[in-house]
Amino acid sequence: MTAPEERSIDSAAQQMIDRAQQDEIGLAWDRYEEMQPQCGFGQLGICCRICHMGPCRVDPFGDGPQEGICGADANTIAARNLVRMLAAGAAAHSDHGRDVALTLLEAARNPDSGYQIRDPQKLRVIAEEYGVATDGQSVTKMAEAVAEKTLAEFGQQEGELQFALRAPAPRVKLWREQGLMPRGIDREVVELMHQTTMGVDADYRNIMRQGMRAALADGWGGSMIATDLQDVLFGSPEPIRAKTNLGVLKEDHVNILVHGHEPTLSEMIVEATRDPELVARAKELGAAGIILAGQCCTSNELLMRKGIPSAGTFLHQELAIMTGAVDAMVVDVQCIMPQLAHLSERFHTKLLTTSPKTKMPGVEHLEFHEDQALEIARQIVSVGVENFANRDGQRVQIPDEEMDLVAGFTAEYVYTLLGGRFRPSYRPLNDAIMAGRLRGVAGVVGCENPQIPQGYGHITMAKELIRNDVLVVVTGCSALADARAGLLQPEAALEMAGDGLKEVCEAIGMPPVLHVGSCVDNSRILIACAEMVAEGGLGEDISELPVAGAAPEWMSEKAVAIGYYVVASGIYTIFGTPQNVLGAPELHKLVVEGLEDIVGASFDFEADPIKAAHMMIRHMDKKRAALGLDEMMYEQALPAAAS
Amino acid sequence: MPQVITVDVERCTGCHSCEIACAVAHSDLGELFEATQQDPLPQPRMAVVALGEAAVPLHCQHCQDAPCAAVCPQEAIQRLDPDGPVILDEELCVGCQACVIVCPFGMIRMSADGKTALKCDMCIDRQQAGQPPACVEACPTGALQLVEDADLATEVQRRILEAMEAALEEQYQQAAPS
Repeated sequence: MTAPEERSIDSAAQQMIDRAQQDEIGLAWDRYEEMQPQCGFGQLGICCRICHMGPCRVDPFGDGPQEGICGADANTIAARNLVRMLAAGAAAHSDHGRDVALTLLEAARNPDSGYQIRDPQKLRVIAEEYGVATDGQSVTKMAEAVAEKTLAEFGQQEGELQFALRAPAPRVKLWREQGLMPRGIDREVVELMHQTTMGVDADYRNIMRQGMRAALADGWGGSMIATDLQDVLFGSPEPIRAKTNLGVLKEDHVNILVHGHEPTLSEMIVEATRDPELVARAKELGAAGIILAGQCCTSNELLMRKGIPSAGTFLHQELAIMTGAVDAMVVDVQCIMPQLAHLSERFHTKLLTTSPKTKMPGVEHLEFHEDQALEIARQIVSVGVENFANRDGQRVQIPDEEMDLVAGFTAEYVYTLLGGRFRPSYRPLNDAIMAGRLRGVAGVVGCENPQIPQGYGHITMAKELIRNDVLVVVTGCSALADARAGLLQPEAALEMAGDGLKEVCEAIGMPPVLHVGSCVDNSRILIACAEMVAEGGLGEDISELPVAGAAPEWMSEKAVAIGYYVVASGIYTIFGTPQNVLGAPELHKLVVEGLEDIVGASFDFEADPIKAAHMMIRHMDKKRAALGLDEMMYEQALPAAAS
Repeated sequence: MPQVITVDVERCTGCHSCEIACAVAHSDLGELFEATQQDPLPQPRMAVVALGEAAVPLHCQHCQDAPCAAVCPQEAIQRLDPDGPVILDEELCVGCQACVIVCPFGMIRMSADGKTALKCDMCIDRQQAGQPPACVEACPTGALQLVEDADLATEVQRRILEAMEAALEEQYQQAAPS
């Protein structure tokens, strides 16, 4: 059994892991160890279960079979498996987007729904993009029309997705020429599933092409709709102070956790926790009040817009229950470990599922419906409040750790942030890059995975990047990991950033690592890149920008979808552990080299976060040289790779 | 005490994980992802073969009077330790294939380039480092086990007794009035 400090670099997590070891409670890290060694065929991507002639597997070393029963070779098999991961990831993001659009429709049509249009300004911008009449239109009429327009794009069969046209013109042209322009959100996923079923596409390059089109339908479609309509419904984030880590839970309060990805329910739970009747009931039961905290991307959504404290990331979900202080854990969709059902039984924690898509045997299901949102939210909070009475004080052990952070940055807010309220512009960002004060911008995103000590990949990479004058933007679990390490505080810049980045951060008063939201909010990074191109001076297409992406601790299928829409948008991207392609030599070569010729960017795989950061920095230096930009003002170019 | 890798055929699902683990254990760095990038690719020293509907992992049996060692003109195959495995020194091997011909189990094969014979070394390096042979570790169902030679006979006896008991029980059930 590995020691707590080998499992997580977060001291709060280490305490709970240690507690679990003493209590002989198995956590994800234990299950990971029990699973070793993992199946090599699966890791290499060369096990095929697509039809019932199989399962088939290609022998990566010996003189065993080199093709499946149908004749599919390693490249075909691994490509099909990989894009089916991608399809599921794109489906997850996009289905989230669909639910938000449906909520917007509910808000527009039902005055009693409890939902409001909090950002009519952004609604108007989107309405104009879709050609919806805005002059003299009521907000609800505009909202209804925008909801209908966006919903129609899920079932759209022909044409192009509206938001994809936000990309720079040369990128749009490239997508059209390469057959990558998404036609409809659901269509691209369905077509990908068809294309990869038994006996359809045997050309791994053509499989990957449709994979990228489905990914773009996520990034510039489903995810972007989710982000933008959430801003319309719940308000566009602005910089906001908050706290994170398990220390946000309080021994003398009712602690309610919301975990998952969608804010539609949790936004209502925020209101319900402020309900005077429920607060009074909590006090009647001896609690000082009600604490609401989030985990994973539900947390990011509430953190960005409301400053609701975050109790942590993906691998913190079991650890939160281990505190013995969580009275209710409310889950919606995605990244929810089925193990929570068993773990919550060993404590007093009441686990509640709320989505018709997420149920667990033996777990109470309180289904959420948009038309009775606030009432259901009150019921949920009430379950947590009443359960406070069942808490065993002897078993409560909450780590002290809580860290201050600033979240709430968006592509739109950058205008105000950099230019000030009276002359909002991306100009200062572009100028800082052109002058060599900043080297470029890196997006470090993605999950957590017991394969890598929790937080080590994200935090080490972010520190190395800012040290080299790279502005870092973060989402999802990566953002919350950096937050735990204090990287989301403006003060952190002074200590850890390079001189150029330090100057920029000091002038503006921003942290060197900007939290731009949840995992659907990676769409904000795409928009920011498009804005940088539009501002001028850094090339005509996203692929010319000195920018890079990384997912150092990825595990979800959604990360595959994100990776491919980012690369297909022209951004070089590093995955920590390799995608499941190493058993397929030609596919592997396409992924790490060949994509460059098609979309102007490709992947690399590097699990060491320092080495990976250096690869990103070298990539930015290469792009800077191609643009003929000035030498770096302070932090010089890295020496060439040793290899 | 000499050791032997035993196979519980009923537990083998035919997943071939042992073969992959064997090839990786005999690669330059001993890591899966790196092994796939090695040129030439590493090869396994054992094989899972089909026997009717059953899958059977086959290994070198490390025979006490090993024919491969007896015929090797280079003395490249030797038992270094009386209780240890029969080891083939690939540096000394000239690729004459005599051992391949005489192995009663067909468990010596030639490398992909045909220059040297390859055989199981019972992961002697891993064992010295306190790890089980790679195939044993990789088996997800525990079908492969490393056992002391002396335990082998009693293990076989136990299995036969269990089978007899089960057969008797079945007869008894059939004979008993319902």
